[in-house]
Amino acid sequence: MLGVLRRKVACQGAHAWGLEQGLRVIASRALSSSAKETMTVRDALNSALDEEMSADPKVFVMGEEVGEYQGAYKITKGLLNKYGPERVLDTPITEAGFAGIGVGAAYYGLKPVIEFMTFNFSMQAIDHIINSAAKSNYMSSGQISVPIVFRGPNGAAAGVGAQHSQCYAAWFGACPGLKVLTPYSSEDARGLLKAAIRDPDPVVFLENELLYGESFPVSAEVLDSSFCLPIGKAKIEREGKDVTITAFSKMVGYALQAADILAKEGFSAEVINLRSIRPLDRAAINASVRKTNRLVTVEEGFPQHGVGAEICASVLEDSFEYLDAAVERISGADVPMPYAANLERMAVPQVEDIVRAAKRTCYRSTALAATA
Amino acid sequence: MALTRRYLHLLRPVFSARLLTTASTSPISIETSLPFTGHNIDPPSRSVQTSPHELLSFFRDMALMRRMEIAADSLYKAKLIRGFCHLYDGQEAVAIGMEAAITRKDCIITAYRDHCLFLGRGGTLLEAFAELMGRKDGCSKGKGGSMHFYKKESGFYGGHGIVGAQIPLGCGLAFAQKYSKDDNVTFMMYGDGAANQGQLFEALNMAALWDLPAILVCENNHYGMGTAEWRAAKSPSYFKRGDYVPGLKVDGMDALAVKQACKFAKEHALKNGPIILEMDTYRYHGHSMSDPGSTYRTRDEISGIRQERDPVERIRKLILAHDLATEKEMKDTEKEIRKEVDEAIAKAKEIPSPDPAELFTNVYVKGLGVEAFGADRKELRAVLP
Repeated sequence: MLGVLRRKVACQGAHAWGLEQGLRVIASRALSSSAKETMTVRDALNSALDEEMSADPKVFVMGEEVGEYQGAYKITKGLLNKYGPERVLDTPITEAGFAGIGVGAAYYGLKPVIEFMTFNFSMQAIDHIINSAAKSNYMSSGQISVPIVFRGPNGAAAGVGAQHSQCYAAWFGACPGLKVLTPYSSEDARGLLKAAIRDPDPVVFLENELLYGESFPVSAEVLDSSFCLPIGKAKIEREGKDVTITAFSKMVGYALQAADILAKEGFSAEVINLRSIRPLDRAAINASVRKTNRLVTVEEGFPQHGVGAEICASVLEDSFEYLDAAVERISGADVPMPYAANLERMAVPQVEDIVRAAKRTCYRSTALAATA
Repeated sequence: MALTRRYLHLLRPVFSARLLTTASTSPISIETSLPFTGHNIDPPSRSVQTSPHELLSFFRDMALMRRMEIAADSLYKAKLIRGFCHLYDGQEAVAIGMEAAITRKDCIITAYRDHCLFLGRGGTLLEAFAELMGRKDGCSKGKGGSMHFYKKESGFYGGHGIVGAQIPLGCGLAFAQKYSKDDNVTFMMYGDGAANQGQLFEALNMAALWDLPAILVCENNHYGMGTAEWRAAKSPSYFKRGDYVPGLKVDGMDALAVKQACKFAKEHALKNGPIILEMDTYRYHGHSMSDPGSTYRTRDEISGIRQERDPVERIRKLILAHDLATEKEMKDTEKEIRKEVDEAIAKAKEIPSPDPAELFTNVYVKGLGVEAFGADRKELRAVLP
């Protein structure tokens, strides 16, 4: 019963946040005995897809190898068997074509979940994501809404080289009309994917290949088929008082590791899991910075015009007087992703980079490091 | 007959590079195993001009390619190769037959199954293994990886990870060749998976409008990753998909047929613009090292092809039938090849990783003195020259 009530409330937008917060507290107290189960992100996504397809016959899945192959990364495993070839469609390797077909189906009222084997391939389809999906509701003044989800792995994997490693959060996050989500944990994966599928607007759902196999604890509430997380709300993964570290997707794990290291050295870091790139939870970020007075943003993607750049701008605009140090950005390196392992390691953020930047905000550092 | 063979054996030196240099270049005429099928064009003759030298070098080169790919499989499982690794074993005849018909001034461009094409264009085993293992003397200095091998001075333009992208790029090479009045052609390779990509048809239309010396080579190994051709294409007759562009269907497991087709295509493209070659071929491995290759095809199918149509075995049989070498000589060659591959791997393992400064090199040709940053922009930065 609480689950049903919670679902109705959770998916109805910003004003419900306070009520939902209260409900969550009640729910967690009521179900506190059962938070021992764990679930991989892969299973979280699979179960979310399964439940949403079961609940709504308009939901269908389309993409390369999603059906008979059981999914390139096994996210759609078992769905073809359960829902049949009319609702789980294997496509040829033609992203522009099937993304466009998905958007057209959404125009008509269906609810497609389009899988890109990685978001690097979404570039073949980006015209449809932006021009056909994101802008339609506006251009038609509300007639043509696009309840579509584009999902798949985003960002770097391991050793896959320049054309297979880019993070697209900043590019999609810039576009009005799109919602952009970045789950980290299994709870995020379940709650945000369900929210995305139920949402009437186009959602870009950026997963991470290296997180698929990771296990996270999940409560009974999370496992309930009505579970849903609100879009546009960040989560404070770890409370702290000395410095705010924002991160999304895989970098949340890195930020938490950095926070552990910082704690041993006497620094208390607050880690924010953004969960949503667009809308960006500026309120939560600014509230945190007003508390800690220091900010480090972390992302995998390229630095220029990145997610961190937008966060820094927001904090400078809204909380300037609260800052006790310059804002810091940790990001992917400003180069195409190299293949060699040692160079690749230098091209993506490491935990020590986050620790170093956090410490810099906490006291004046010595002279800046020499150029490479 | 037996006497003659014994006599010949006494005269013949040990089959090695030495035999290759002494082998005759006098012409032999051999029939391809299957006829060509033409679409909007009269196919070439089934009778292919070759020579003992050519056949022996076909055997050696294909056996080398085969051995390199099998060795790469082991290196991947030993985690010395990371990321993606797409192997070409089974498809060697396409690379070898093509090289026999063209020059290094003609261009080749392909997708990510590029190791053997690189070798065919004159790349070395050492450069290949070093690149696969991410070492500084790899053909892309360790920065590209398996999918990004290049050799521009030999007309090999890579090495591309996005399915289908190499087709417009290849038509661009052909455009530049025509623009420069170079009298050469471009062979752009793609798979049955890529054959449905829209950009192929866009580029093909322009190539036809502008009479570009463009040869599209569909390496039809019948599976686009895990999807069989009939599940991805309404018409899997890829040589006909050009519609107004003529096409030829070729037995891609027969190096001589491939050679004949490529020679024919080059002559056509220089006079009449684009042509499509569909090579009926097969890959023994799965799509990549992450794909077992057996969930969407039967083991019987794979072993059947290996038994009936293996390209290396076909040449071996031809060599034996024409008395160009003995079984033992060919086995010795294979042993030599194995040794050559093992030595290249051993050497490649000794090569160090790229220097950290290489992180920032080659972003631009002309860096204009701008700054580039590492993950922590205050800790690691460089000036791009």
